[in-house]
Amino acid sequence: MSAAEPTEVLGAEAISRSIRRIAHEISERNEGARDLVLAGIPTRGAPLADRLAQAIGDIEGQAPPAGSLDVTLYRDDYATAGPRPLGPTDLVDSVDGKVVVLVDDVLFTGRTVRAALDAVMDLGRPRAVQLAVIVDRGHRELPVRADYVGKNLPTSRDTAVQVELTEVDGVDRVVIAPDPADSASRDAGGTS
Amino acid sequence: MITHLLSMEDLDAEQIGHILDTAEGFRDIALRPVKKVPTLRGRTVCNLFYEDSTRTRTSFELAAKRLSADTLNFSAKGSSVSKGESLKDTAQTLEAMGVDAIVIRHEQSGAAQTLTRFVQARVLNAGDGWHQHPTQALLDLFTVREHVGRLAGLNVAVVGDVLHSRVARSVVQGFATMGANVTVCGPPTLVPASAPSWGCEVTYDLDGLLARTDVLYLLRVQRERMTEQFFPSSREYARIWGVGRDRLARLPDEAVVLHPGPMNRGVEVTAEVADAPNALITAQVTNGIAVRMSCLYLMLGGEQAAPAEPVTQATTAEEVAAR
Repeated sequence: MSAAEPTEVLGAEAISRSIRRIAHEISERNEGARDLVLAGIPTRGAPLADRLAQAIGDIEGQAPPAGSLDVTLYRDDYATAGPRPLGPTDLVDSVDGKVVVLVDDVLFTGRTVRAALDAVMDLGRPRAVQLAVIVDRGHRELPVRADYVGKNLPTSRDTAVQVELTEVDGVDRVVIAPDPADSASRDAGGTS
Repeated sequence: MITHLLSMEDLDAEQIGHILDTAEGFRDIALRPVKKVPTLRGRTVCNLFYEDSTRTRTSFELAAKRLSADTLNFSAKGSSVSKGESLKDTAQTLEAMGVDAIVIRHEQSGAAQTLTRFVQARVLNAGDGWHQHPTQALLDLFTVREHVGRLAGLNVAVVGDVLHSRVARSVVQGFATMGANVTVCGPPTLVPASAPSWGCEVTYDLDGLLARTDVLYLLRVQRERMTEQFFPSSREYARIWGVGRDRLARLPDEAVVLHPGPMNRGVEVTAEVADAPNALITAQVTNGIAVRMSCLYLMLGGEQAAPAEPVTQATTAEEVAAR
């Protein structure tokens, strides 16, 4: 157990404002919601994608389809970390010609996004793929960058950054815990 | 973590539930434009079949291929086995070629277990003699859970040639482990005396059983394994133990019918029953691929982090049980 209490860096209001701003950025950059598909990466990307779709719907009058995209089978650590539990994939029938916006809670090493790109390509040939995250904490190991970022959060590699959402954790907030033991378990849980 | 998949006896309810839950994630891959994921890239799975098989071998092969593993099909016919090579030598030859998993079907009970002594590779039992056929039971459990929504508390009747059936042993143990009430039924000559020890009831009254059956599991009459006369004729077997339209009507409305295949139409099952809407026989075949993908996925990961230990040095109770 961590002796130090985790520090809250974003509250419910701030997360909600970030989502609204990102929704505006998505609709501005794509000139509306036409041909958009939001693909949330489980666990926490999926409810985020739903919220973003609703926020875009508030702006454009019609919400784009949102679903979850499990990347477990595309990860690069199967041989070292072993099998992980599979999450659901319930994206729209075809992503051909669509603009797929990948949605995740934290962007970290970029390996999850690399896996997600492969997973999307197996579902069809999207016109473009973009990336939206609530927190970008740096320390990329692959040439990956987010198109839409809620908050840039410079951290040390050992710091645990956790986005908590009402749908999964019962509360909306972003916390950082400096305890390395916590960070080890959080990394094993699949921070992106 | 399952090291080897040898017998349903080795699996507890939690492990079975984990395999079935994981299989749900694999089922939808068959509906996608690209029916393949890269998870087992670089792994090699060998199908080592000493007995004829259509669906099990092709199902394992497809499962491995959809996970991007390389597959190697080895059947006793047309190989050095027909020159007298032993199971041990064959297995060690395959392992020397860098095989990560061996799926074995063999006419002798215990062959899969024996194989684990010779190789480091993961071993999956695809049927050994009269003993076990665990992936068949797992795909049956998956199919029933998918259609009925639960397994616990269901009344399951396993009917027919129980004596020669490795499927019967695995299915009875699997359903019993998941909390179903299993009853075995068949001609007294074809129900082994040991059947009650598998955790099931035994009855010889098929018609009395049907009205309280949620899952009717029909077994194939295994002519090829019969060395003596167990019943007078196929026609008599069909009349007394076969399930046709009349017996189907005696089942409760929501009851489902399963058969592991290949069917002897007109013997243990009539064409009407085989093609009835509540017969899940084609669903069993479809689900077999997802369930076998689940087994391979759960068994072949993580070995770079913790290399497989010599099989003689079991460290945990689970590993011991899995052997």
